[in-house]
Amino acid sequence: MMADTAYEVIIGLEVHVQLQTQSKLFCRCSTRFGAPPNTQTCPVCIGLPGALPVMNEEAFRLALLTAVALECEIPSFTKWDRKNYYYPDLPKGYQISQFDLPMSCHGGLEISDAKGAFPDRRVRILRAHLEEDAGKSMHDEVAGKADSRIDLNRTGTPLLEIVTEPDMRSPQEAKGFLTELKLLLTYLGVSDCNMQEGSLRVDANVNLHVSTPGGVVATPIVEIKNMNSFRAVERALAYEAERQYQVWLETGRKKGDVPKQTRGWDDQAQVTRGQRHKEESSDYRYFPDPDLVPVRVTPAQIEEARQRLGELPAALRSRLQSDYGIDAYSADVLVNQGRLLVQYFEAVAQSTGDGKRASNWMQQDVMRSLNERSMVIGDFPVSAPALAELLSAVQRDEIDNTRAKDVFARMIDDRCSASDAMAALGIAKVDEAQTVELCREILRANPKAVADLKEGKQKAVGALIGQAKQRNANINPGRIKEIFLDLARSEQI
Amino acid sequence: MSLIKASATDLLGYLQSGQVSAVELLKQYLDRIETHDGSIHAYLDVAREAALERAESIDRRRSRGERLGALAGLPVAVKDVLCTAGWATTCGSRMLQNYCPPYDATVVRRLLDADAVLVGKTNMDEFAMGGSTENSAFGVTRNPWDLTRTPGGSSGGAAACVAAGMAPLSVGSDTGGSIRQPAAYCGVVGLKPSYGRVSRYGLVAFASSLDQVGPLAATAEDTALLLEVLAGHDPRDSTSAKVPVPDYLLASRQPLGALRIGLVREHFGAGLDSEVDAAVREAVDWFRDEGAEVKEISLPHSRYAISTYYIIAPSEASSNLARYDGVHYGYRTDERAMLGELQESRQRLLQEGDNAGAENLDGTLVRMYRKTRAEAFGPEVKRRIMLGTYALSAGYYDAYYLKALKVRRLIRQDFDAAFNEVDVIMGPTTPTPPFRLGEMIDDPLKMYLQDLYTVSANLTGICAMSLPCGQTGAGLPIGLQIHAPAFHEHRLLQAARAFQQGTDWHIRRPDLC
Repeated sequence: MMADTAYEVIIGLEVHVQLQTQSKLFCRCSTRFGAPPNTQTCPVCIGLPGALPVMNEEAFRLALLTAVALECEIPSFTKWDRKNYYYPDLPKGYQISQFDLPMSCHGGLEISDAKGAFPDRRVRILRAHLEEDAGKSMHDEVAGKADSRIDLNRTGTPLLEIVTEPDMRSPQEAKGFLTELKLLLTYLGVSDCNMQEGSLRVDANVNLHVSTPGGVVATPIVEIKNMNSFRAVERALAYEAERQYQVWLETGRKKGDVPKQTRGWDDQAQVTRGQRHKEESSDYRYFPDPDLVPVRVTPAQIEEARQRLGELPAALRSRLQSDYGIDAYSADVLVNQGRLLVQYFEAVAQSTGDGKRASNWMQQDVMRSLNERSMVIGDFPVSAPALAELLSAVQRDEIDNTRAKDVFARMIDDRCSASDAMAALGIAKVDEAQTVELCREILRANPKAVADLKEGKQKAVGALIGQAKQRNANINPGRIKEIFLDLARSEQI
Repeated sequence: MSLIKASATDLLGYLQSGQVSAVELLKQYLDRIETHDGSIHAYLDVAREAALERAESIDRRRSRGERLGALAGLPVAVKDVLCTAGWATTCGSRMLQNYCPPYDATVVRRLLDADAVLVGKTNMDEFAMGGSTENSAFGVTRNPWDLTRTPGGSSGGAAACVAAGMAPLSVGSDTGGSIRQPAAYCGVVGLKPSYGRVSRYGLVAFASSLDQVGPLAATAEDTALLLEVLAGHDPRDSTSAKVPVPDYLLASRQPLGALRIGLVREHFGAGLDSEVDAAVREAVDWFRDEGAEVKEISLPHSRYAISTYYIIAPSEASSNLARYDGVHYGYRTDERAMLGELQESRQRLLQEGDNAGAENLDGTLVRMYRKTRAEAFGPEVKRRIMLGTYALSAGYYDAYYLKALKVRRLIRQDFDAAFNEVDVIMGPTTPTPPFRLGEMIDDPLKMYLQDLYTVSANLTGICAMSLPCGQTGAGLPIGLQIHAPAFHEHRLLQAARAFQQGTDWHIRRPDLC
């Protein structure tokens, strides 16, 4: 953002989430990703004449769970509508969606950034509704011959469309919202949120509120599509805000002066480009789908969903801070890794009684190892009790932190316990009397260092520690430092 | 022994007792088709070989003493709007001329499970839109009583084949009268079940909230027999009702008792042919003589029924028929010709210096859609798609579709109130006897008014049937329509069967030479 500009970015998001059901929204075909084209289809999802949809109860249950987690109002009556338009990957000529009576509306999601990139905010959810996905068109241009192929495997996959109010004020906030939403959906287990496979798709609406001497002016709203990662969303929005400001400076065009524009994000060129479309606005001729009966939602169903929510990320963050004495940033990092990692952390922290140490090890060692190995916590070779055993040894001063990291590495490689790894590395508890004697020897051999220490030049102790470690790898450098200083001060050499 | 005039229930007895085999019976019908369908054209396709094989297998199973289904060995004709696996299902449209569904409609499955012999697919107005079969892409069906006249529609083939003795039982579909009107015109019985009574799975949709599959036959008992096989809940159709299916044949044979009959004041007004009027009143008198109480009732919103119907049905149709776009199955325009045409238009515009015009030409996809649909749909289907598209468009939705839904509710309330006073409502099925082919083809509005008395049952979801109750001076059949509350088909069948016990209109057959 330019330093001297007085404008605010106004962002609203539309997120399409594929729900993790075994079968499609209105038929029993599998929703598995990556099957050979057109192998997961039936008369219903490919819209053959005479075929009829039947609602998948599980899809509705997952949608309900999400809506409750997003603190939405859940009307007792909701229905299905047809959105009519022609496209080759839409075999019925209409999409079954929800129009004026969505299954949920008026919710919200709290977002914050532990590093303070944006202020804490509640992003309001306008609505969340269920609909069926379309198929995929693949345009193949070989030897000048344009050839389009259609894969209907995806047709009919349940999608939850979540629409926010225009509540975000920066690209960072938009990214923050998406990250928090994805985390929530992952905690709920309703979607795998894999953007590469299209399980989560984002469109953004953005415009500016520019401060002028005559008051605040809104620029025309632009919809941005084709953003394939959260980073792309952030960059596209940043680009678009700046572009709109330049257009404003050049043309002075306000909202309402031109029709709403759709632009696509070009990730390679890092720019948004206007998408060509005809002048006429689309009319989807929504009307209630006569093939489906309306859905009635009872208070008991909503309560059941509430019971099934489990502890959600926001609540979990504050509990980790209060239960384990860790800071907000650490709680955020841990919670963002998912429910399983948090459970692992809690097991270690409870067993060792030292939440901070457990948190540091999770962030510095466990998570790094997972990243290096592209592994998830469920597959991690070091179990929570095993890590707790190691950290307890550190706590009891049986081993120093640096050595503990060697042990940890060994535990991963050998898939063994802390004690086995320590034994394998020849780590034994060091006798205090022996250590003091060793320190005396070293000090006697280094009178210059002793003199320095007496003058308060603590730097000199480093070399002494090094020598000690060479003689016995198991000694604890922290403890040995204390011994050196005590001996030098007391001149009991 | 000629069995052509025997009722299906009698035929079932002959088959069970071994007086006739399924093959012998089928052959009589096939011969009859051979002789008469050239002039009537009730069938779009007759599955001669497959039907014979099936009849043979049923005979074999019977001879082995196997337990057989409720229609074992009876030939049944199926309207070409019902999907039959591996057997062309055209809906009377060029669009689906070569379309072979990969699955059976639920009702087709039920017929097969009942060991019926599917003899052929019957002609119809394209996508069931029309009341004369003149909208079929594959030629009209003629009325067996007078070959210059329409058999009605859209289930014209379904009614004509029963009337001409080319099938004892026939399955049709009724969206606004498409079973009852042709039944009336052809002098047979046709029943539109309550909405949700019969599965719509595999019925190619015209207007989903109005469509029902139903039976056509010569007698009330035969109709009951077939309805019992067709009816029942289907988990594949969300709108099918979980209401138990009674023994309709048994129910139809119950004594009539003290029936309260309502006559709709509005159904005996202007536009009603005097001969139809007289025949219907005479039939009602028969019931009165049998002890029924007859009272005049009013359905004040019935005068809006046609307008309401012709908003709702085309609206749903415009969406239901969107899938016929040439992409996945069915007809597609000649691509080479289309591309050539596009190229030509573009060059011409560019030569004329009209670059903007060239730029604005429809691309290949839109062009393919347009030409495919322009070439493969007939004028009536196009008319309704346009009507429906208009009614659902932004800015018109509230004034048309939404208002129609409200009026539909008012019409339903009229019927609810009426059924508090009477058990059944009787009246004419159609305003006139069957009209001449070609007579109304250029006057769609007049054609729509033929549905005046029938659309209400579809709009309200109640059941209704038509049965023969007289003839005009020229010997054309006249139909009596009976309405009953939803899921009271047994009451219709009971009244109709009682009437047929006391009269002989249902026994009369056209004189086919």
